[in-house]
Amino acid sequence: MEARTVTTPHVPVRYFEGGKGEPLVFLHGAGGVMANDPLLGKLAEKFHVTAPLLPGYGDSQECGALRDMLDFTLHTWDVVDALGLKNPILVGHSMGGMMAAEMAAVAPHDVSRLGLIAPAGLWLDEYPIPDLFSTMPFEFPALMFHDVEKGAALMTAGVALDDPEWLKGFLVANARQLGMAGRILFPIPERGLSTRLYRIKAKTLLVWGDSDKVVAPAYAHAFKKAIAGSELVVIPEAGHLLNLEKPDQTAAALGRLAG
Amino acid sequence: MKFTWFNLMPWPYLPDDFREKNRSVWVDIDSRLFDPARGHEVYNNHLDLLEYAATLGFDGIGCNEHHQNAYGLMPSPNLIAATLARRTKDVALVVLGNSIALYNPPIRVAEEFAMLDCISGGRLVGGFPVGTSMDTNYCYGQIPSLTREKYLEAHNLIIKAWKEPDPFAFNGRYTKLRHVNLWPRPIQKPHPPIHIPGGGSVETYDFCIDHTYSYSYLSFTGYIRGKALMDGYWDQVSKRNASDTSPYRAGFAQTICVADTDEEAERLYKDHVLYFYNRCLHVYPGFADAPGYRTIKTIQSGALSQYAPVRGFSHLTWKDLTEGGHVIAGSPETVRQRMEEMIKGLRVGNVFGLFHVGDMPKEKCMYSTKLFAEKVMPKLRNIFPDYADDDRFWCKPLPKRVTPGDLPAERDVPQLVGAH
Repeated sequence: MEARTVTTPHVPVRYFEGGKGEPLVFLHGAGGVMANDPLLGKLAEKFHVTAPLLPGYGDSQECGALRDMLDFTLHTWDVVDALGLKNPILVGHSMGGMMAAEMAAVAPHDVSRLGLIAPAGLWLDEYPIPDLFSTMPFEFPALMFHDVEKGAALMTAGVALDDPEWLKGFLVANARQLGMAGRILFPIPERGLSTRLYRIKAKTLLVWGDSDKVVAPAYAHAFKKAIAGSELVVIPEAGHLLNLEKPDQTAAALGRLAG
Repeated sequence: MKFTWFNLMPWPYLPDDFREKNRSVWVDIDSRLFDPARGHEVYNNHLDLLEYAATLGFDGIGCNEHHQNAYGLMPSPNLIAATLARRTKDVALVVLGNSIALYNPPIRVAEEFAMLDCISGGRLVGGFPVGTSMDTNYCYGQIPSLTREKYLEAHNLIIKAWKEPDPFAFNGRYTKLRHVNLWPRPIQKPHPPIHIPGGGSVETYDFCIDHTYSYSYLSFTGYIRGKALMDGYWDQVSKRNASDTSPYRAGFAQTICVADTDEEAERLYKDHVLYFYNRCLHVYPGFADAPGYRTIKTIQSGALSQYAPVRGFSHLTWKDLTEGGHVIAGSPETVRQRMEEMIKGLRVGNVFGLFHVGDMPKEKCMYSTKLFAEKVMPKLRNIFPDYADDDRFWCKPLPKRVTPGDLPAERDVPQLVGAH
């Protein structure tokens, strides 16, 4: 994947681009995404993948003007327009899934197909989503992965979770990134999406890890019920970070969105 | 100098194994540790102590706002100040303060402070903290990276509501009000003096300088550790060419324990000080700083050890705490010396003394308070004679105030109303 920058009405936006085929826009989760993300690599084997970073993520510029869900939704449409993509396949993971679903609900005729990987955006009292904002770095792997030990290694590229240099980088990135994400996720990651899901017209595929401890699989059924004609693929032995833990199976499932 | 007897109102019944069995004293503390019947006694003891301090010549008695916190039993400082307004006469009521980003609409603060100022006859000293991340973000759900913007808007609304005599419309991002028309209004004009509790951000220094508010650092770690932060403030005051460097532009909170001798101070207060420092400040680090609440620079300069898994607890000793300056304790002469060092070193005209510590019984607290008032405070009064006339940061009560509870005798009432 190549890192590029596109001008938008608010701020210049950083994005990763790669692959050939139908245009697919990938919206990352609250943890962000790297150019070498294994899922992006797999998707690029089949699609022309564009993965914009939310302002404040990675090395991208922050944007104070984006404060609420509508701002985030319209900004991301601005990015799609600036990239000159028409009727793309929209895929979003976790927070990115929440944004992709909002985009498809506000502009139902501009999305060809929709892929939601363990999206946020709904709230079920019986399955409270953990407070990721107060979660300590060393607590993340147990929440995010099915295989906790392997997951920890994937998260830190093998560095110890209390290594001071790794921690410093992690905390600075967290402040920038989760500071931004908090505008639509804090303190409860729900901004009224359930009242708008009926508007989605795109063919929708839901992909979920069967041992997701962040957005529990019960949410998959709530989304499935709310989006007419949507399909659900459950991936066994997988937690919330499907992109890192099960990139092959996740990409294979999303392959169904190909026209 | 202005001395305020400040009370955090800690809960005194946390068990010995509190840290081992609970991850945090704040936010998600086990509510079963609170016993409302004991709460009746605890609140009344704390209020009695505040009223007692008012009889000893302290300039102010103070309270603040915390939520879901076992060392601060005052989610509503205004309720506390209201009870004190009726039972005290001349002392300033120092409310440090209301976390204005948490009130919806924030005009509520303008109203309640106006009520307190009227009831007390103009004795209110107000404060506007942004609030800790624990209170503001984790207990009261404010979005971390928007908290400061919301705070500034709330501030502008409150000040305008106090100053503007005619109804106005306020079209804020966070608050929209078509008819702002404050009723009642504060006695003090244009408004009661404002102190801003801060934690070292340059934005807050500038905010205080721009509005002539007093900057106060309410830490528990004492004056030695507070030096760098207060130096940062004074550097900014001179960098910004403020009109003066009056020490009343600044305040500092300090834990103080006075006894007859240094040895007696240790014997009387050690256990209560250790209760506070080793039990009440046990905050889960995940709640300390919601992402987006603080700036990147602060994180880069901060200690990282707290983000590692807990491997046992440190145990601060009396020696650590007194030598480290967390606590100024000892004989009146020892305390006087160290207070002078603190007041001059930090250049603070406002001292917020924390005399009730942890699970201290009221008798010991009274003993320490009285010794300070009689044997220490008088000797510290005139440290800054050049600024003795600076009254910008303190309340200006009405010269003639009514006496609360001043009803006529019942037997005289029929005659007074002209009955029959």
